[in-house]
Amino acid sequence: MGFMTDRKRAVGNGSAKSGTMAHWRMTLSSVGLLILIPLFIFTFGAILGHPFEEVVAYYTRPVPAAIAALTIAVGFMHFLGGVQILIEDYVQGLTRKALIVAMTCLSYGAAGLGVFAVLRIAL
Amino acid sequence: MADVNRGNRPLSPHLTIYRPQLTSMTSIFVRLTGNALLVAMLMIVWWFVAAAAGPEAFATADGFVRSWFGDLVLFLSTWAIWYHMFGGIRHLIWDQGYMLDVEKSETAGLIMIIVSVLMTIFTAIVL
Repeated sequence: MGFMTDRKRAVGNGSAKSGTMAHWRMTLSSVGLLILIPLFIFTFGAILGHPFEEVVAYYTRPVPAAIAALTIAVGFMHFLGGVQILIEDYVQGLTRKALIVAMTCLSYGAAGLGVFAVLRIAL
Repeated sequence: MADVNRGNRPLSPHLTIYRPQLTSMTSIFVRLTGNALLVAMLMIVWWFVAAAAGPEAFATADGFVRSWFGDLVLFLSTWAIWYHMFGGIRHLIWDQGYMLDVEKSETAGLIMIIVSVLMTIFTAIVL
Protein backbone atom coordinates (compact mmCIF):
# COMPACT_ATOMS: atom_id res chain seq x y z
CA MET A 1 0.00 0.00 0.00
CA GLY A 2 2.82 2.33 0.91
CA PHE A 3 4.34 1.91 -2.53
CA MET A 4 1.17 2.52 -4.53
CA THR A 5 1.48 5.54 -6.76
CA ASP A 6 -1.28 7.50 -8.45
CA ARG A 7 -0.20 6.11 -11.81
CA LYS A 8 -0.33 2.47 -10.63
CA ARG A 9 -3.76 3.10 -9.14
CA ALA A 10 -5.04 4.34 -12.50
CA VAL A 11 -3.46 1.72 -14.79
CA GLY A 12 -5.93 -0.83 -16.13
CA ASN A 13 -9.02 1.07 -15.14
CA GLY A 14 -9.45 2.59 -18.59
CA SER A 15 -11.32 5.79 -19.26
CA ALA A 16 -15.02 6.34 -18.66
CA LYS A 17 -15.26 6.62 -22.46
CA SER A 18 -18.71 8.18 -22.54
CA GLY A 19 -17.55 11.69 -21.60
CA THR A 20 -16.78 12.83 -25.13
CA MET A 21 -20.15 11.62 -26.34
CA ALA A 22 -21.93 13.45 -23.49
CA HIS A 23 -20.19 16.68 -24.49
CA TRP A 24 -20.93 16.15 -28.20
CA ARG A 25 -24.62 15.50 -27.44
CA MET A 26 -24.82 18.80 -25.55
CA THR A 27 -23.12 20.57 -28.47
CA LEU A 28 -25.55 19.05 -30.98
CA SER A 29 -28.68 19.80 -28.93
CA SER A 30 -27.44 23.34 -28.19
CA VAL A 31 -27.10 24.12 -31.90
CA GLY A 32 -30.57 22.63 -32.49
CA LEU A 33 -32.01 24.81 -29.73
CA LEU A 34 -30.24 27.85 -31.14
CA ILE A 35 -32.63 27.52 -34.09
CA LEU A 36 -35.69 26.24 -32.21
CA ILE A 37 -35.79 28.54 -29.17
CA PRO A 38 -36.23 31.90 -30.99
CA LEU A 39 -38.88 30.27 -33.22
CA PHE A 40 -40.65 28.84 -30.16
CA ILE A 41 -40.53 32.09 -28.17
CA PHE A 42 -42.22 34.04 -30.94
CA THR A 43 -44.77 31.37 -31.99
CA PHE A 44 -45.78 30.29 -28.47
CA GLY A 45 -45.64 33.88 -27.24
CA ALA A 46 -47.90 35.02 -30.10
CA ILE A 47 -50.72 32.59 -29.22
CA LEU A 48 -50.43 32.66 -25.41
CA GLY A 49 -53.32 34.67 -24.01
CA HIS A 50 -55.75 33.75 -26.79
CA PRO A 51 -58.94 31.71 -26.09
CA PHE A 52 -59.04 27.90 -26.25
CA GLU A 53 -60.49 27.61 -29.78
CA GLU A 54 -57.82 29.90 -31.27
CA VAL A 55 -54.99 28.06 -29.46
CA VAL A 56 -56.23 24.69 -30.75
CA ALA A 57 -56.68 26.07 -34.28
CA TYR A 58 -53.18 27.59 -34.18
CA TYR A 59 -51.54 24.31 -33.18
CA THR A 60 -53.33 22.31 -35.86
CA ARG A 61 -51.04 24.21 -38.26
CA PRO A 62 -47.97 22.06 -39.01
CA VAL A 63 -45.20 24.64 -38.54
CA PRO A 64 -46.10 25.96 -35.06
CA ALA A 65 -46.88 22.39 -33.95
CA ALA A 66 -43.55 21.05 -35.23
CA ILE A 67 -41.64 23.92 -33.57
CA ALA A 68 -43.39 23.24 -30.23
CA ALA A 69 -42.91 19.44 -30.36
CA LEU A 70 -39.24 19.67 -31.38
CA THR A 71 -38.48 22.39 -28.78
CA ILE A 72 -40.03 20.29 -25.99
CA ALA A 73 -38.20 17.11 -27.11
CA VAL A 74 -34.75 18.61 -27.76
CA GLY A 75 -35.12 21.03 -24.82
CA PHE A 76 -35.69 18.28 -22.27
CA MET A 77 -32.86 16.14 -23.64
CA HIS A 78 -30.54 19.17 -23.37
CA PHE A 79 -31.84 19.82 -19.84
CA LEU A 80 -31.17 16.19 -18.87
CA GLY A 81 -27.55 16.43 -20.05
CA GLY A 82 -27.05 19.67 -18.13
CA VAL A 83 -28.75 18.68 -14.90
CA GLN A 84 -26.81 15.40 -14.83
CA ILE A 85 -23.52 17.31 -14.88
CA LEU A 86 -24.88 19.61 -12.15
CA ILE A 87 -25.79 16.60 -9.97
CA GLU A 88 -22.44 14.90 -10.59
CA ASP A 89 -20.62 18.09 -9.60
CA TYR A 90 -22.30 18.57 -6.24
CA VAL A 91 -23.83 15.29 -5.03
CA GLN A 92 -22.24 11.92 -4.29
CA GLY A 93 -23.15 8.28 -3.69
CA LEU A 94 -26.71 7.01 -3.59
CA THR A 95 -28.22 10.51 -3.57
CA ARG A 96 -26.42 11.20 -6.85
CA LYS A 97 -27.84 8.06 -8.48
CA ALA A 98 -31.33 8.69 -7.10
CA LEU A 99 -31.33 12.28 -8.36
CA ILE A 100 -30.10 11.26 -11.83
CA VAL A 101 -32.80 8.57 -12.02
CA ALA A 102 -35.45 11.08 -10.88
CA MET A 103 -34.33 13.74 -13.36
CA THR A 104 -34.17 11.19 -16.20
CA CYS A 105 -37.74 10.07 -15.43
CA LEU A 106 -38.90 13.69 -15.20
CA SER A 107 -37.19 14.72 -18.46
CA TYR A 108 -38.43 11.79 -20.56
CA GLY A 109 -41.84 12.00 -18.88
CA ALA A 110 -42.29 15.71 -19.56
CA ALA A 111 -40.89 15.41 -23.09
CA GLY A 112 -43.16 12.45 -23.93
CA LEU A 113 -46.21 14.10 -22.40
CA GLY A 114 -45.52 17.43 -24.13
CA VAL A 115 -44.88 15.94 -27.58
CA PHE A 116 -47.94 13.69 -27.27
CA ALA A 117 -50.11 16.66 -26.28
CA VAL A 118 -48.91 18.78 -29.23
CA LEU A 119 -49.51 15.89 -31.66
CA ARG A 120 -52.95 15.27 -30.13
CA ILE A 121 -53.91 18.90 -30.82
CA ALA A 122 -52.29 18.92 -34.26
CA LEU A 123 -53.82 15.72 -35.61
CA MET B 1 5.23 10.13 -1.89
CA ALA B 2 1.82 9.43 -3.35
CA ASP B 3 0.31 8.06 -0.15
CA VAL B 4 1.57 10.65 2.26
CA ASN B 5 -1.25 12.59 3.90
CA ARG B 6 -3.86 11.30 1.46
CA GLY B 7 -7.23 12.97 1.88
CA ASN B 8 -6.09 15.48 4.46
CA ARG B 9 -4.31 18.01 2.31
CA PRO B 10 -5.11 21.73 2.23
CA LEU B 11 -7.81 22.68 -0.27
CA SER B 12 -7.21 25.34 -2.85
CA PRO B 13 -9.12 28.58 -2.29
CA HIS B 14 -12.76 27.92 -3.12
CA LEU B 15 -15.68 29.94 -4.52
CA THR B 16 -16.38 31.73 -1.25
CA ILE B 17 -12.80 32.94 -0.98
CA TYR B 18 -12.38 34.37 -4.47
CA ARG B 19 -13.38 37.91 -5.34
CA PRO B 20 -16.33 37.55 -7.75
CA GLN B 21 -15.08 37.83 -11.33
CA LEU B 22 -17.09 38.59 -14.45
CA THR B 23 -15.96 35.30 -16.02
CA SER B 24 -16.93 33.12 -13.05
CA MET B 25 -20.21 34.93 -12.37
CA THR B 26 -21.38 34.79 -16.00
CA SER B 27 -20.49 31.08 -16.04
CA ILE B 28 -22.37 30.35 -12.80
CA PHE B 29 -25.41 32.18 -14.15
CA VAL B 30 -25.37 30.09 -17.35
CA ARG B 31 -25.73 26.95 -15.20
CA LEU B 32 -28.31 28.60 -12.93
CA THR B 33 -30.51 29.87 -15.78
CA GLY B 34 -30.30 26.57 -17.66
CA ASN B 35 -31.52 24.54 -14.71
CA ALA B 36 -34.08 27.10 -13.54
CA LEU B 37 -35.72 26.99 -16.98
CA LEU B 38 -37.17 23.61 -15.91
CA VAL B 39 -39.94 25.48 -14.04
CA ALA B 40 -41.12 27.36 -17.14
CA MET B 41 -40.82 24.30 -19.37
CA LEU B 42 -42.93 22.16 -17.00
CA MET B 43 -45.51 24.96 -16.94
CA ILE B 44 -45.57 25.09 -20.74
CA VAL B 45 -45.90 21.28 -21.02
CA TRP B 46 -48.83 21.45 -18.58
CA TRP B 47 -50.39 24.17 -20.79
CA PHE B 48 -50.09 21.96 -23.90
CA VAL B 49 -51.41 18.85 -22.11
CA ALA B 50 -54.37 20.88 -20.83
CA ALA B 51 -55.05 22.24 -24.33
CA ALA B 52 -55.08 18.66 -25.62
CA ALA B 53 -57.38 17.54 -22.79
CA GLY B 54 -60.17 20.05 -23.32
CA PRO B 55 -61.59 23.52 -22.58
CA GLU B 56 -62.01 23.08 -18.79
CA ALA B 57 -58.47 21.77 -18.22
CA PHE B 58 -57.14 24.49 -20.52
CA ALA B 59 -58.94 27.21 -18.53
CA THR B 60 -57.22 26.04 -15.32
CA ALA B 61 -53.72 25.79 -16.84
CA ASP B 62 -54.07 28.96 -18.91
CA GLY B 63 -55.35 30.81 -15.83
CA PHE B 64 -52.28 29.72 -13.89
CA VAL B 65 -49.78 30.50 -16.68
CA ARG B 66 -51.30 33.97 -17.13
CA SER B 67 -51.66 34.74 -13.40
CA TRP B 68 -49.21 37.21 -11.81
CA PHE B 69 -47.09 34.26 -10.67
CA GLY B 70 -47.06 32.54 -14.07
CA ASP B 71 -46.38 35.88 -15.73
CA LEU B 72 -43.43 36.53 -13.41
CA VAL B 73 -42.00 33.05 -14.10
CA LEU B 74 -42.37 33.53 -17.85
CA PHE B 75 -40.82 37.02 -17.77
CA LEU B 76 -37.80 35.87 -15.73
CA SER B 77 -37.53 32.78 -17.93
CA THR B 78 -37.50 34.97 -21.03
CA TRP B 79 -34.37 36.65 -19.69
CA ALA B 80 -33.00 33.27 -18.54
CA ILE B 81 -33.43 31.64 -21.96
CA TRP B 82 -31.84 34.56 -23.86
CA TYR B 83 -28.96 34.74 -21.38
CA HIS B 84 -28.46 30.95 -21.45
CA MET B 85 -28.55 31.01 -25.25
CA PHE B 86 -25.86 33.69 -25.53
CA GLY B 87 -23.85 31.81 -22.88
CA GLY B 88 -24.19 28.71 -25.06
CA ILE B 89 -22.94 30.62 -28.11
CA ARG B 90 -19.91 31.69 -26.06
CA HIS B 91 -19.30 28.01 -25.21
CA LEU B 92 -19.55 27.02 -28.87
CA ILE B 93 -16.98 29.71 -29.73
CA TRP B 94 -14.72 28.58 -26.86
CA ASP B 95 -15.00 24.95 -28.02
CA GLN B 96 -13.55 25.98 -31.38
CA GLY B 97 -10.58 27.49 -29.56
CA TYR B 98 -11.41 31.18 -30.00
CA MET B 99 -11.76 33.99 -27.41
CA LEU B 100 -10.21 31.90 -24.65
CA ASP B 101 -8.15 34.70 -23.06
CA VAL B 102 -9.53 36.57 -20.05
CA GLU B 103 -10.00 39.90 -21.80
CA LYS B 104 -12.10 38.50 -24.67
CA SER B 105 -14.04 36.20 -22.31
CA GLU B 106 -14.95 39.22 -20.18
CA THR B 107 -15.99 41.20 -23.27
CA ALA B 108 -18.18 38.25 -24.34
CA GLY B 109 -19.63 38.12 -20.79
CA LEU B 110 -20.54 41.81 -20.93
CA ILE B 111 -22.14 41.33 -24.36
CA MET B 112 -24.15 38.37 -22.98
CA ILE B 113 -25.53 40.49 -20.13
CA ILE B 114 -26.36 43.53 -22.26
CA VAL B 115 -27.83 41.65 -25.24
CA SER B 116 -29.90 39.29 -23.05
CA VAL B 117 -31.47 42.28 -21.25
CA LEU B 118 -32.15 44.03 -24.57
CA MET B 119 -33.67 40.86 -26.07
CA THR B 120 -35.86 40.42 -22.97
CA ILE B 121 -37.18 43.98 -23.30
CA PHE B 122 -37.70 43.44 -27.05
CA THR B 123 -39.55 40.15 -26.44
CA ALA B 124 -41.74 41.70 -23.73
CA ILE B 125 -42.66 44.62 -26.03
CA VAL B 126 -43.34 42.48 -29.13
CA LEU B 127 -45.40 39.81 -27.36
